[in-house]
Amino acid sequence: MKKTALIILFLSAILQASAQGSESLFRSSGKIYVVVGIIAIIFLMIALYLYRLDRKISALEKKKK
Amino acid sequence: MKFLQKSWYKLLAVLIVGYTLIYGLLIDLPNDVGILDETIRNLFYHVPMWFGMILILLAAWINSILYLGKPNTKRDIYASELTNAGILMGFCGLFTGMFWAYNTWGTAWTNDPKLNGVAAGMAMYGGYWLLQRSVADAEKRARLAAVYNVFVFPLFIALIVIMPKLAQSSIHPGSGESVNFKTYNSSNNMEMVFYPAVIGWCLLFVWIAELRTRTRLLEIHQEHEENSTHHIVS
Repeated sequence: MKKTALIILFLSAILQASAQGSESLFRSSGKIYVVVGIIAIIFLMIALYLYRLDRKISALEKKKK
Repeated sequence: MKFLQKSWYKLLAVLIVGYTLIYGLLIDLPNDVGILDETIRNLFYHVPMWFGMILILLAAWINSILYLGKPNTKRDIYASELTNAGILMGFCGLFTGMFWAYNTWGTAWTNDPKLNGVAAGMAMYGGYWLLQRSVADAEKRARLAAVYNVFVFPLFIALIVIMPKLAQSSIHPGSGESVNFKTYNSSNNMEMVFYPAVIGWCLLFVWIAELRTRTRLLEIHQEHEENSTHHIVS
């Protein structure tokens, strides 16, 4: 569920941003979306890693009791 | 789903930071920002580090005060780990700021009141870090650290917020005679990214601090257990 929500958010962000349709130099080639995608992937990986670490610590806490 | 019920703020952090990472790159900018040009997008990445740091250090400060009111290991560890996370954010802000400055003004470190204030403030938190490692007795250490933290946070704020505001000139917005970002913000959508970024990054680092706190509590528990079994054997 978490992943789907993130993907939807990511897609809607891109759609909305492209709908703004400004022709600034920064975006004129459209290549900036590639960079945005890569940043999103890296951040997703880090978030997933943090989530797994959280689960691991939770498991240890359970064992303690 | 139990994870979400207990820790909804973690998902919120990921969603908000994800949104600001993407939107920060894509939104339209006001076109009167002078030499900053496209680098004004750093408002969504560099500045939230500092704002978030202040919020997290505030949380650590409150934990320290509560600890002094009613000593409790968890409060003490939360205070120190939130401080660690805050300082980590501060370093992120510092390094990104140096990189930005190098590319905008041609030098990584200027004699700006804000930068000098941060340098002194970081040294003060270095003192906090040393204090945590220089007292052997756990309870004494916790108490000393809490007292130190109660003093250090207001001083830090004075150094990085109040003093630069009083300064004659500064290259940072909102200080001295320099302009505020508000003057630039003609298209008005920058705030829609900036404020969420502050909250999102803050929550994300709180998550990290929480993980470290839980790990340290487990460590303490384990040491405790080892000690007690040791007693039985001897």
